[in-house]
Amino acid sequence: MNMLVTPASPATPNGTTRPQVRIVIVGHVDHGKSTLVGRLLHETGSLPDGKLDMLKAVSARRGMPFEWSFLLDALQTERDQGITIDTTQIRFRTNSRDIVLIDAPGHAEFLRNMITGASQADGAVLIIDALEGVRDQTRRHGYLLHLLGVKQVAVVVNKMDRVDFSADRFKAIGDEISAHLNGLGVTPTAVIPISARDGDGVAERTDRISWYKGPTVVEALDALEPARPLEALALRLPVQAIYKFDDRRIVAGRIESGSLIAGDEIVIMPAGKIARIKTVESWPATPVAGRQGAGRSVGITLDRELFLERGDIVAHAGTAPRETRRLRARIFWLHDKPLAKGDQLLVRCGPKESRATVVAIEKAVDPGELSSSENKAIGRNHVGEIDISLSNPIATDPYTENPRTGRLVIEVSGRIAGGGLVLSVDAGQRAVPVDIVPVESALRPDERSARYRHNGAVVWLTGLPASGKSTLAKALERRLFSNGGSPILLDGDTLRAGLNSDLGFSATDRSENIRRLAEVATHLARNGHIAIVAAVSPAREDRATARRIADTLFREIHVATPAEVCEERDPKGHYKKARAGALASFTGIGNDYEAPQAAEFVIDTSKRTVAEAADEIERMLKTSGVLFDELVDLAANI
Amino acid sequence: MDHLDQLEAQSIYIFREAFARLKKIALLWSLGKDSNVMIWLARKAFFGRMPFPALHVDTGKKFPEMYRFRDHYGKEWELDLRVEPCPPIDAVDPTLPPAARSAARKTEGLKMALGKYGFDGLIAGIRRDEEATRAKERVFSPRGLEGNWDVRDQPPEFWDHFNASPPQGAHLRIHPILHWTEADIWAYTKRENIPIIPLYLAKNGKRYRSLGDQDITNPVNSNASTIDEILIELEQTKVPERAGRALDHETEDAFERLRVAGYL
Repeated sequence: MNMLVTPASPATPNGTTRPQVRIVIVGHVDHGKSTLVGRLLHETGSLPDGKLDMLKAVSARRGMPFEWSFLLDALQTERDQGITIDTTQIRFRTNSRDIVLIDAPGHAEFLRNMITGASQADGAVLIIDALEGVRDQTRRHGYLLHLLGVKQVAVVVNKMDRVDFSADRFKAIGDEISAHLNGLGVTPTAVIPISARDGDGVAERTDRISWYKGPTVVEALDALEPARPLEALALRLPVQAIYKFDDRRIVAGRIESGSLIAGDEIVIMPAGKIARIKTVESWPATPVAGRQGAGRSVGITLDRELFLERGDIVAHAGTAPRETRRLRARIFWLHDKPLAKGDQLLVRCGPKESRATVVAIEKAVDPGELSSSENKAIGRNHVGEIDISLSNPIATDPYTENPRTGRLVIEVSGRIAGGGLVLSVDAGQRAVPVDIVPVESALRPDERSARYRHNGAVVWLTGLPASGKSTLAKALERRLFSNGGSPILLDGDTLRAGLNSDLGFSATDRSENIRRLAEVATHLARNGHIAIVAAVSPAREDRATARRIADTLFREIHVATPAEVCEERDPKGHYKKARAGALASFTGIGNDYEAPQAAEFVIDTSKRTVAEAADEIERMLKTSGVLFDELVDLAANI
Repeated sequence: MDHLDQLEAQSIYIFREAFARLKKIALLWSLGKDSNVMIWLARKAFFGRMPFPALHVDTGKKFPEMYRFRDHYGKEWELDLRVEPCPPIDAVDPTLPPAARSAARKTEGLKMALGKYGFDGLIAGIRRDEEATRAKERVFSPRGLEGNWDVRDQPPEFWDHFNASPPQGAHLRIHPILHWTEADIWAYTKRENIPIIPLYLAKNGKRYRSLGDQDITNPVNSNASTIDEILIELEQTKVPERAGRALDHETEDAFERLRVAGYL
């Protein structure tokens, strides 16, 4: 399979550069694809001398009428016979563009060519038979373009001679296909009536389509936007290796996009470490001056010693790729065994590899048929969209932003089994279903307790808004810290600003909010810290969940300040707003706060000073085995 | 970047992938123009040194000029040179035609060297344009336990992602210049000023286009006595590169049989 990328702006013999545009032509085989290609090659003067006469003579000798499609067949045969690397591309030129036509013949080769070539196509021509009109197959091909992410589509209504060049017929087909494509998020750049066989509308607007005012096919191709050259994209230098053959520590890799020069400030992803390029090393002469662009295999040294590894990506600060453990990809599958949800894979994104799990199959399609779409598994030679979770974070780009770094391959048992394009990073809300292997801390809890002189605990303060939870929590935090402990405040509002910013105030979201608080607090407690949670947590059931999560580490403190006092304090103005009807779902007014029935400790802050309250809690923590009353013989526990 | 820059950058990428992904590799140095370019590229990839051995599987029947070249540049380029002998002719498959049988000694010598050192990767300087079976090669080509090549079951390889997990005891052939042509090799040799064995340049109307063992390699008619002249000659000639290699032409499938069995 060949994936050579040709330069986006090749020099021409006269020294100018012309933008190169890669296109794919899709459409049912009888709708005139080969005829259009043959005609295009002829009209754009792209055929070798004598080729046309030769084909005409061959046709005459066999008593066959000349067909433009013979031309393509002849070229195909030539290319098949020669052992050339580049067998899937036909080149021709319009006034201002070099067009690379990505050939996608036959079903067997279709997938391979489609993905290898058309995934990098800048545009497409969708061909429709004027007599047959929009058929299922046409819609499928429209879907295919959508699947490939090809946004520039010129629609060609062919064989207009067979409908007497009817403008009405043309308009009906044009409206129908435009509506279909629009539904897929693709806007046709042009809808063109043609007769590929006779040449109407291909390079010339003939009398027979005098009613048509839009561009010809050649003009439409001439108007396609070329892809941005790789050098114009942000710098991506995936690290292949770090070499230390002598006193230099060289970071080696190929520049996939963008460019670099000594002195550049760079960021190394996914770690996000910053450095400056000291030199660009080479051999036999080194260092090299000047800017190094996409495609070059280079070696750089940095101005500081950083830990880097194979698979890291060197980028410029500000335009670095995103780091993710989760991505959505559009893939093609080549392995005998279908790809299914829950499958374990190895994903390679450049030199970076990570174990991965298929979280979901979003879509699975046979690109030959495109007739059915399901989401259980992706069969051999089928395409689909999947949601994958990665065990190591990787830095990557959606392929629409960077075609080089936004692609991946999938390995099964040491062998490439599929590949595809990164659609988006950090997709999906679903939990990872399988095989999570939590990593234990390097430290034992007793090592921490020896230093902090307390065990880990979750101290959960619940109570009405403005009951004094946060004030008390902060006083307790300060107290424990002064004594050499490791308290950590988890304020409900603070966590809602970040970790829980995706949650609202519905009952479900509130439960999830509490669950997450409890999970974080428990993780800290298990690692020897005292997690002080200050959260209204009005629902008894939610607090019960938190207790289940934290288990014996859980200490519930009910801050039972009377409702009137809370409303009078109202430091955040919430009661006032709620009374005015401007704050929905506010706990405190009404009866939705469910007070604990068996809290470890109850305190009314209207009757105690903050210091007194903190004293009492401290005592409770001592008696319940969290704080060490005196020096404990820790050696006994080891 | 011009054409040669692109070829070079791609080859360097392949060298670095091979070095990063395999445990124990060696470069097969046949002393010819292609493997000399390969060594040059390896030194570019690794900033002046080749961090793995150069393996010369020696039939003992090379031209004296080739041995002189090996001994001189092996030292000058500071190569970790391993010269490994081949078994005698009667140890080789007697059903092969004479020249192929002679060449097959190299396959056996290679197998012995593989067993001796436990290499899991061998870097070889084959090119797609040389010959039809080579055109079908992968960049990272898995070999069976016997060093054999299964043409019908090659793993997919695209976007410069290579399959680099040989089964236990088997090895990979890595082909960093698969995408080069004979003309590219000469143009690059000239640009980089890479030393060559003088046998490639015409003397008395003959020159060697491809160098192998003395007894099975013949010169072609040529007056190209400089690299520039070679490049002009290559543009005009219809004679295939390996025309002077007897073993390719004994029977229709002789070379394919050799390659499937593990020959380069």
